[in-house]
Amino acid sequence: AIPKIPKAQYGGRHTVTMLPGGGIGSELMNYVREIFRYAGVPVDFEVLDIDPNSESNDDWDNAITSIKRNGVAIKGNIETKSEQIGIISRNVALRNELGLYVNVLHCKSYPGVRCHHKDVDLVVVRQNTEGEYAMLEHESVSGVVESLKIITVEASERLARFAFNYARTNGRKKVTTIHKANIMKLSDGCFLETSRRIAKEFPDIKHDDMIIDNTCMQLVARPAQFDVLLTTNLYGSITSNVICGLIGGAGLYSGRNYGDHYAVFEPGTRNTGTSIAGKNICNPFAMLNASVDMLNHLGHTQHAQAIEAAIYDTIVVDKIHTADLGGTASTTDCIQNVLKHLAEKHVS
Amino acid sequence: SGNVRNYASGVQKVTLIPGDGIGPEISAAVQKIFQVAKVPIEWESVDVTPVRNPDGRFGIPQAAIDSVNRNKVGLKGPLMTPIGKGHRSLNLALRKEFDLYANVRPCRSLEGYKTLYDDVDVVTIRENTEGEYSGIEHEIVEGVVQSIKLITQEASARVAEYAFQYAKDNHRSKVTVVHKANIMRMSDGLFLRCCRETADKYPEIKFEEKYLDTVCLNMVQDPRQYDVLVMPNLYGDILSDMCAGLVGGLGLTPSGNIGLGGALFESVHGTAPDIAGKDLANPTALLLSAVMMLRHMEMKDKAESIQKACFETIKDAKYLTGDLGGKAKCSEFTNAICERLA
Ligand SMILES: Nc1ncnc2c1ncn2[C@@H]1O[C@H](COP(=O)(O)OP(=O)(O)OP(=O)(O)O)[C@@H](O)[C@H]1O
Ligand SMILES: Nc1ncnc2c1ncn2[C@@H]1O[C@H](COP(=O)(O)OP(=O)(O)OP(=O)(O)O)[C@@H](O)[C@H]1O
Ligand SMILES: [Mg+2]
Ligand SMILES: [Mg+2]
Repeated sequence: AIPKIPKAQYGGRHTVTMLPGGGIGSELMNYVREIFRYAGVPVDFEVLDIDPNSESNDDWDNAITSIKRNGVAIKGNIETKSEQIGIISRNVALRNELGLYVNVLHCKSYPGVRCHHKDVDLVVVRQNTEGEYAMLEHESVSGVVESLKIITVEASERLARFAFNYARTNGRKKVTTIHKANIMKLSDGCFLETSRRIAKEFPDIKHDDMIIDNTCMQLVARPAQFDVLLTTNLYGSITSNVICGLIGGAGLYSGRNYGDHYAVFEPGTRNTGTSIAGKNICNPFAMLNASVDMLNHLGHTQHAQAIEAAIYDTIVVDKIHTADLGGTASTTDCIQNVLKHLAEKHVS
Repeated sequence: SGNVRNYASGVQKVTLIPGDGIGPEISAAVQKIFQVAKVPIEWESVDVTPVRNPDGRFGIPQAAIDSVNRNKVGLKGPLMTPIGKGHRSLNLALRKEFDLYANVRPCRSLEGYKTLYDDVDVVTIRENTEGEYSGIEHEIVEGVVQSIKLITQEASARVAEYAFQYAKDNHRSKVTVVHKANIMRMSDGLFLRCCRETADKYPEIKFEEKYLDTVCLNMVQDPRQYDVLVMPNLYGDILSDMCAGLVGGLGLTPSGNIGLGGALFESVHGTAPDIAGKDLANPTALLLSAVMMLRHMEMKDKAESIQKACFETIKDAKYLTGDLGGKAKCSEFTNAICERLA
């Protein structure tokens, strides 16, 4: 179900599109490049900045063309400043344009990180292109706005199949469909029914379901009862953020977006981090983990493992934590420590 | 609050819907505590079991509707939702009947009842009549379903107004509007604009705008940064349950439904059929809902003393019900509260 790895160019090198986005995006991308250079990763970046204030779509069109050429991208959160009606969120537009129908977030606790729950190991498989993010809205009469949520059997089925396949190939035992079908009987009902139908094709994986409000209550009390969560677009955003919040916040976990042809990697909770940008205080690991995901996708598994291990040792063994984790380390302290581990392992 | 009758003089009547399952037991507990605390109200107990109306449809008995319309204030235990198609949930029927447009749920960590979070003190205020719960859905073509979220200026403005007034009346310092206007630019955008406009009228209350996902992230990390939150229907449903989870579940959290036709206060938990009739239920959620009701009726002193007695009994931990890890019966817990009030 995951798109094929793009063929490497001459000398085994890959070219990847890099969209730093706003806020902390550009500083984090610089660190990704620094680490890749240091570790001799055979990846070249095509860096494209998208001006959030521009009403023109030129930057954005270039970005899409680049991703379509390279097949793979790493991105920060792109801001859409224009309040003009009809200009939709560029992050959403990008996912739609590239057909990135699934977002996968694997949240696994790092021991020793300050947080409310230990030993969490959950996966959120989220619908990424329709549902509440359809962005079809209109003002019927003055002061009355309708917003459409679209659920299709086709997208729900494809997503459900992805989730069950993911569970099977990753040694997961259970998939829980998250919905609100008691209220949205047709739309969420369709999502739920489709997942039940696909579940029958995977008798080795347990399947159950839970309504979104109860899910959030259960997540904060007993997250261990879940394994893989299969969600609509909005519920995916909610559950991902709750789970990340429980085990260390926005700065640690990465998210993966897949479609039939392209793969885009980014920090899991998709924050811009405007208020912490340029201060050398943001936590770099969510973005670094996104770069590890990307390397795994490209088949550069040895480099991926080396960087992943350096990240783990920095967080868990050396306990180099930025302020969001209750520590005092700066972003560059984290990066220096990762580089130190890479040097020790002679990857460079 | 113009919808509430003048309570200053004499005994006020309040509609009581004891409900199903553990409802009657916890309602009796609340009544007993109110009696000992000498709260000047008279309960008018009504049954809301659906009856067949003259038009042939099942619905709430007219007597119950009349009672709430007369008294303008009610307390309600949990109701069993009849299973099977065609049955509208009674809760929904009550919401419609009395135009209960704002759902208010204070969530607060209780001293003496240890949960993972001991510093929660937030109030969620949820728009209760429209949004994602409009019920307008259809299959456009085979395999493509559309569901309409409806946001109106009128409903958004009145819930925003309620939130700021609530913050002011309850000495709260900040109102956060929770939205997703980065995606739902027009619908959540309208809700957001209504909140901004109302905020201008309350300069003494701090106003803040946050994305739903950011609130989910930050709430579970550090709930202290939030105070009063106001939001559209679905977000409120989700966040209020999540906040209840932070402080130990639905057994302790009260709730109020504020409407044009009256105000209905209720425990959010279900009928708990497994322990019904056994004197094992915890009446705290319903009691705290009744305390909210007293505040709404401007009987602040009574509200304060009953709440204090309840919190102290829990902190004391001598008489805790099973759900809180104790062995006490509902009646023993109730008596312990009464003793503090006597
Ligand atoms: N990499 C990071 N390191 C540390 N904190 C982070 C990181 N990313 C996000 N946060 C924090 O998570 C919270 C939400 O992120 P963010 O600032 O992106 O909010 P937002 O709601 O997306 O708003 P905005 O678009 O204005 O930035 C903030 O408190 C932010 O400081
Ligand atoms: N007030 C209470 N005191 C003690 N335990 C409670 C209370 N409320 C709920 N519980 C416990 O939590 C469990 C689930 O609560 P809930 O009442 O929602 O049950 P339910 O089976 O979902 O009922 P309903 O169908 O009416 O929603 C109950 O089985 C009960 O053990
Ligand atoms: Mg709910
Ligand atoms: Mg229930």
